[in-house]
Amino acid sequence: MKKKLLSLIMVGAMVLSMTACGQGGNTGSGNTGSGASGNGALTGTLKLGVIGPLTGGAAIYGNAVANGAKIAVDEINAEGTGFTIELQAQDDEHDAEKSVNAYHQLQDWGVQAIAGTVTTTPCIAVSAEANSDRVFMLTPSASAVAVTEGKDNVFQLCFADPNQGSASAQYIFDNKLATKVAIIYNNADAYSTGIYQTFKAKAAELGLEVVSETTFTDDTTDFSVQVGDAQSNGADLVFLPIYYTPASLILQQAASAGYEPKFFGVDGMDGILTIEGFDTSLAEGVMLLTPFSADATDDLTKNFVAKYNESYGEVPSQFAADGYDCAYAIKAALEFYAAKNGGLDVTDMSSADLCEILISVFTDPDFSADGVTGLGMVWDTNGQVNKQPKAVVIKDGVYVGM
Amino acid sequence: MFSFKKASGLSKKAFINYAIVIVFYLVFQILVSTGNITSALKGQLIPITCYMIMAVSLNLVVGISGELSLGHAGFMSVGAFTAVIISSAMGNASNPAKLFVSILVGAILAGIAGFLIGIPVLRLNGDYLAIVTLAFGEIIKNILNCLYVGIDEKGLHFAFNNPDALGMDPLGKVIINGPMGAVGISKIATFSGAVILLLIVLIIIQNLVNSRTGRAIMAIRDNRIAAESMGISPMKYKMLAFTISAAMAGSAGAVYALNYSTLVPKKFDFNTSILVLVFVVLGGIGNMTGSLIAAGILVVLPELLRKFSDYRMLVYAIVLILVMLVTNNEKLKGRMDIFAKKVRMKISKGGKKK
Amino acid sequence: MLAHLINGISLGSIYAIIALGYTMVYGIAKMLNFAHGDVIMVGGYVSFCSMMYLGFPAPLAVLLAMIVCTTLGITIERLAYKPLRSATSLAVLITAIGMSYFLQNAALIIWGANPKAFPNMFKDIEAIEFAGARISPVALVAIVANVIIMVALTLFTSRTKVGKAMRAVSEDKGAATLMGINVNFTISLTFAIGSGLAAIAGVLLCTAYPTLMPTTGSMPGIKAFTAAVFGGIGSIPGAMIGGILLGVIEIFARAYISSELADAIVFGVLIVVLIFRPTGLLGKQIHEKV
Repeated sequence: MKKKLLSLIMVGAMVLSMTACGQGGNTGSGNTGSGASGNGALTGTLKLGVIGPLTGGAAIYGNAVANGAKIAVDEINAEGTGFTIELQAQDDEHDAEKSVNAYHQLQDWGVQAIAGTVTTTPCIAVSAEANSDRVFMLTPSASAVAVTEGKDNVFQLCFADPNQGSASAQYIFDNKLATKVAIIYNNADAYSTGIYQTFKAKAAELGLEVVSETTFTDDTTDFSVQVGDAQSNGADLVFLPIYYTPASLILQQAASAGYEPKFFGVDGMDGILTIEGFDTSLAEGVMLLTPFSADATDDLTKNFVAKYNESYGEVPSQFAADGYDCAYAIKAALEFYAAKNGGLDVTDMSSADLCEILISVFTDPDFSADGVTGLGMVWDTNGQVNKQPKAVVIKDGVYVGM
Repeated sequence: MFSFKKASGLSKKAFINYAIVIVFYLVFQILVSTGNITSALKGQLIPITCYMIMAVSLNLVVGISGELSLGHAGFMSVGAFTAVIISSAMGNASNPAKLFVSILVGAILAGIAGFLIGIPVLRLNGDYLAIVTLAFGEIIKNILNCLYVGIDEKGLHFAFNNPDALGMDPLGKVIINGPMGAVGISKIATFSGAVILLLIVLIIIQNLVNSRTGRAIMAIRDNRIAAESMGISPMKYKMLAFTISAAMAGSAGAVYALNYSTLVPKKFDFNTSILVLVFVVLGGIGNMTGSLIAAGILVVLPELLRKFSDYRMLVYAIVLILVMLVTNNEKLKGRMDIFAKKVRMKISKGGKKK
Repeated sequence: MLAHLINGISLGSIYAIIALGYTMVYGIAKMLNFAHGDVIMVGGYVSFCSMMYLGFPAPLAVLLAMIVCTTLGITIERLAYKPLRSATSLAVLITAIGMSYFLQNAALIIWGANPKAFPNMFKDIEAIEFAGARISPVALVAIVANVIIMVALTLFTSRTKVGKAMRAVSEDKGAATLMGINVNFTISLTFAIGSGLAAIAGVLLCTAYPTLMPTTGSMPGIKAFTAAVFGGIGSIPGAMIGGILLGVIEIFARAYISSELADAIVFGVLIVVLIFRPTGLLGKQIHEKV
């Protein structure tokens, strides 16, 4: 009896929800911009979607990107040029299934371009959908090659993994930082494994001796074995192609084991100084290659860091910077097209048309974008970005250029 | 204990389930073909169907056989990764043929896994059995995390815990890359195919439950010692239910895998097993109709709650707790029943009391 | 080798303290409290906040965390589990899982997704050198705390009146009620003790592995649950043995076999133990009544 009632209620809820969805899909009218095209100006309202983990274990990355993008969009909307962006961020919990759901939610909203997704595995799933639906994607941080491979509509704002690994090995070799190198990487993470593989190949080519290679997965908190292996093999430099949360654990556990090698990280390491409560003295002397550093003194970065701090009460990480740059890069691409083709009004333009426009601009060798993660970023036809990483070292709790 | 009356009641219920699935299929198929459906819901049709298969197959173990299993997602992953390998290995075969063979082989391998795991697991009882199924679910996930599969002209290459040991031609393609899972899966699953599978699964389960074998399984659940003294071998029947359930989970996993272009072993962790268990418990243990409906609602619910943004999963948790309290607390249940009676009186007819 | 052993025992000691919470609650309420791991996480956050924002000294922070977790444990029991006392164990299990989701997502909203680095309370204490291996202060504290808690709990359940009442309730609720034992109070008390221990475990866990996230408690929770079953769920010394063995096996598997397969090996050992001793190492064999 009770079960039947329950199912009755459930069926009712389902019907209700379906109609609710149906309505949501049809009411998709944006603000009309000034609409005056023909003078090379970009006008209208762009519906930009962000997909990333806003809850769950990887929420930190998704929230940072969404917040960064929000700041860029607020700035763009405040300029009053007749071009505005409507932003919607959807949660994917770092799960491919949820990410595709989030993508479809954005479709129902009438999304025209996507800044996302934030993490790699969901990004591969969503980019396959977006490729067949012809929706333009610029991922802020999904760095694996598989994200862009074979999909002409998907571009990366972050470095593709191979570039970082070989650049790091080259830097360590050129500056004679070490004779024996240990590597600790996350083999459940495409980003970490990708950098590890190219680092190792480059190290072998240069004759850099790798004495210890150990792995961990997302749930790992105990690194005593990995640190112990590096220590007992006498490595004088530990290469950490990983994100900053596990890196902070490794630094702490190395210190408590009395092991003090040099540590060398990649862009995922940026943010280690911003962990609340982290003893920054542990990170003293850590070197990393990164496209973004919150302590940079150029106006662009200073403005972004100040605004981010004001809105969210924390120092932006590289992910936030990537999100910020994504919004600006898409805007820059649309402006580029508008200037060349006598104006562009994006309001209610179909995502497929916009996709072809953005692809043509992003693959145009004359197009480049400036952002807080790099000046003069250009993209190749594979969708990979070309920008210069900066080497920085942590001294007295701040980044110092090397 | 199982009178004839109850058996005929079951077959009527069975009919209702087929009707629900067919109506579910027709309604959505019409909505899709007339374009009256949101892409959010459209994109979820195949996963919903997969979760329905998962729910009814788990209900066979939890409800009919009476064993608490916390590792059902493990069998799903066996089917899923098998399907990825099979569909890649079949190369240029037609999509329906690929889908069919993938599901079949996925189900068989998951069934074998279920059989092997069942041997130690079903010797245990109660919560110990539950924890061992959880352990096996985690072990399957861990092993898949170490599995590397590649394909080249010579055929399939397998390696364990060492991607360099694949020994492929330079032109070869890695299909499954350890913890990073499979990428570039061709999406060949269809809603119609998934619904046909769901119907087949339902037919198998309902005929099983309604047969001599099914009654033996339920007799063991209700009183093992009495059943044993009637000459029923508990191990044999429990094993049968467990293996069939695992095979069905594998078939669901196969369809699920072929609906996304990427798949990681981590997807099939403890949380996914729990998710399916929640469908079964909320739908009513042993009640297949309930499992179908609960799976449908609960897969869609988090999507509907998206407007709560950050509070979404919090709301989901509260709904879950409240539903459990309302349906299981004596006092609250009493009130619900009175309410239900009133509703029922108004609606009509007055059903049978259960 | 020795270093790995010490690391394993220290990790195992933390598992053991968490496992106690599972084991006591299971023993008395016959339910798997899946939200226990998340109480640990709350304990970690409370002590973090009191140290970082309120400037409390470490011992006071631990005490505050214990008070908050104890209150939380009792509240959860009253609101979510007590109404289901006569329901099926599966219903209670799902409710506990719902509670676990609730705590994780509430923590996400309150404290945000960014991980916090837990301050090192033993920063000024030098690590001890022992036969060439270093024993970090937190490892030592974890091991000592584990032993003290175990002895105290054993004494509590065997010597005091309330402790005896607890054992009586776990044996037979009906008979205990007849003997004038307040069953509801006893169950609440069990939750209170378990949650208080969870706070201690939370602080130790976060000191040893100093990242604090809303999901911090879930994996150690599952591991500790495994440890409790390993040792024989319901048994206090069983939780200690199970926890330490699990920690040592995990570290050794990672060091000498494969870090990917470490978890699989831990669970594999659990399965083997359960096949030969179906109720765990120290679990009571329950004989079936015909």
